[in-house]
Amino acid sequence: MIKIENLTKSFNNHKVLDGLNLTIEKGRTTVIIGRSGCGKSVLLKHIMGILTPDRGRILINEKDITKLDEKGLNLVRLKMGMLFQGGALFDSLNVLENVGFALIEHRHLCGNELFLRVKESLRLVGLEGVEDLMPSELSGGMKKRVALARAICINPEIILYDEPTTGVDPISADAINELIKELQRKLKITSVAVTHDMNSAYKVADRISMLYNGKIIYSSSPEEIKNTDNPFVHQFINGLSRGPITEEDEWTINPK
Amino acid sequence: MLNWLKKIGKSFSIFFYFFGGLGVLFLLCLRYCFTRPFEFKRTLNFAKRSGSDSLPIVSLISFFLGLIFGLQIAYLMQRLGSEMYIASIVALSMVRELGPVITALVVAGRVGAAITAEIGTMQVTEQIDALKTLAYSPIKYLALPRLIALSLMLPLLTVYANLLGILGGYIICVYRLGITSRMYLNITFDAIMFKDLFSGLLKTIFFGMIIAITSCYHGFKAKGGAEGVGRATTNTVVTSFILIIVADCLFTALFYFAFP
Repeated sequence: MIKIENLTKSFNNHKVLDGLNLTIEKGRTTVIIGRSGCGKSVLLKHIMGILTPDRGRILINEKDITKLDEKGLNLVRLKMGMLFQGGALFDSLNVLENVGFALIEHRHLCGNELFLRVKESLRLVGLEGVEDLMPSELSGGMKKRVALARAICINPEIILYDEPTTGVDPISADAINELIKELQRKLKITSVAVTHDMNSAYKVADRISMLYNGKIIYSSSPEEIKNTDNPFVHQFINGLSRGPITEEDEWTINPK
Repeated sequence: MLNWLKKIGKSFSIFFYFFGGLGVLFLLCLRYCFTRPFEFKRTLNFAKRSGSDSLPIVSLISFFLGLIFGLQIAYLMQRLGSEMYIASIVALSMVRELGPVITALVVAGRVGAAITAEIGTMQVTEQIDALKTLAYSPIKYLALPRLIALSLMLPLLTVYANLLGILGGYIICVYRLGITSRMYLNITFDAIMFKDLFSGLLKTIFFGMIIAITSCYHGFKAKGGAEGVGRATTNTVVTSFILIIVADCLFTALFYFAFP
């Protein structure tokens, strides 16, 4: 289980996360929705220990990762995987080396054993015969799949998805959604996805939480959220340009 | 007056922040030097790449520098009737000063800029964050191999540059001024003492460190897409050049007073 308590983070005096509280249940998929730039990716990077909070705690299996040193943090990270928005594949390594990176560096696997593990991960994301290709030779959708294969290659207990369907065509986006569901079903992984793609959120989520003004303002099941009377959530999930969110923002598209 | 003081204060804070950052990065590299797994393969690969990449431009510049320097010295020495000294002046200048500094500047422009562009691109495309999520330190993976490789490659490239510079002087003396080949080589090797070679090569190890740390630092600090990477690359070249010249000045003074 992941428990986030009173998480606060500012960049250049701008408060991105403001006392955020969130509980992510084990073995379930939690989707965090919110507008672009509201701090969703910042939240994921805190869970991964890439960013250090100004205040607050992040408990992963009862262990506060904000108090860990680099060695302790790396041990936690080896139980987690992360899919980045653009894939973040290493340009200088081929698909085999990208997917097997943690196995090569931490488990010292090589040769046939490495190849079989990588091949299995690629098979799980629906790719075959791409081991020797370089990232520049892959399409956007394939890059995301390879990045996902890299994230699951070390059998993580938790996977974090940063905008998994952004930048891919609708068919590839649906395939990625199916993949997230299938991985959760097969491997019983705890998943946290951040997105503003509501189709994707409804499809993969067991629970949807909305991040607004640095806080989680709403949390419920996908069925419940569709019928919410919270005006902020209602505006966001229905994609309305008029409503309380845009009224609060100075840069609203309909200025008065 | 207050604005003026604010500007000075801001400049000082940027100055200390930058040098503090370089110092911390260097110390972290030293720490990772002694933690397993050792980065032999990546260091060797980078050394090979940076050495072979720099070889053509280092050859061209040092050879022509020797040639030009020989001609300029010949102009003065012919007036004084002391053509015999051209060989020793070219050799000493190349070994003590021109070889190390020119090689360092060329490598800073060629390899340092490439390091910043590579690491900066990795930074803005989240590859550095991806490394962290895979429980691997970006400093150990990227900065340490480059620091060791450049500290080793720069002295080797300097030896090569020195030889080509001396060859440039040789061509002027032998084919233009009529000094015999044997005499030119004798004067050259008589003029160069161990301390000249040592002082020239020792500082190149530090120049290599300066280039590696500065370029990695700017790469890690890059932000804001392609424009940010471009800015970081420019900053690397400018700051490396300044730091190399300042370090050279300090080393020259140190050797002058330590080994008069």
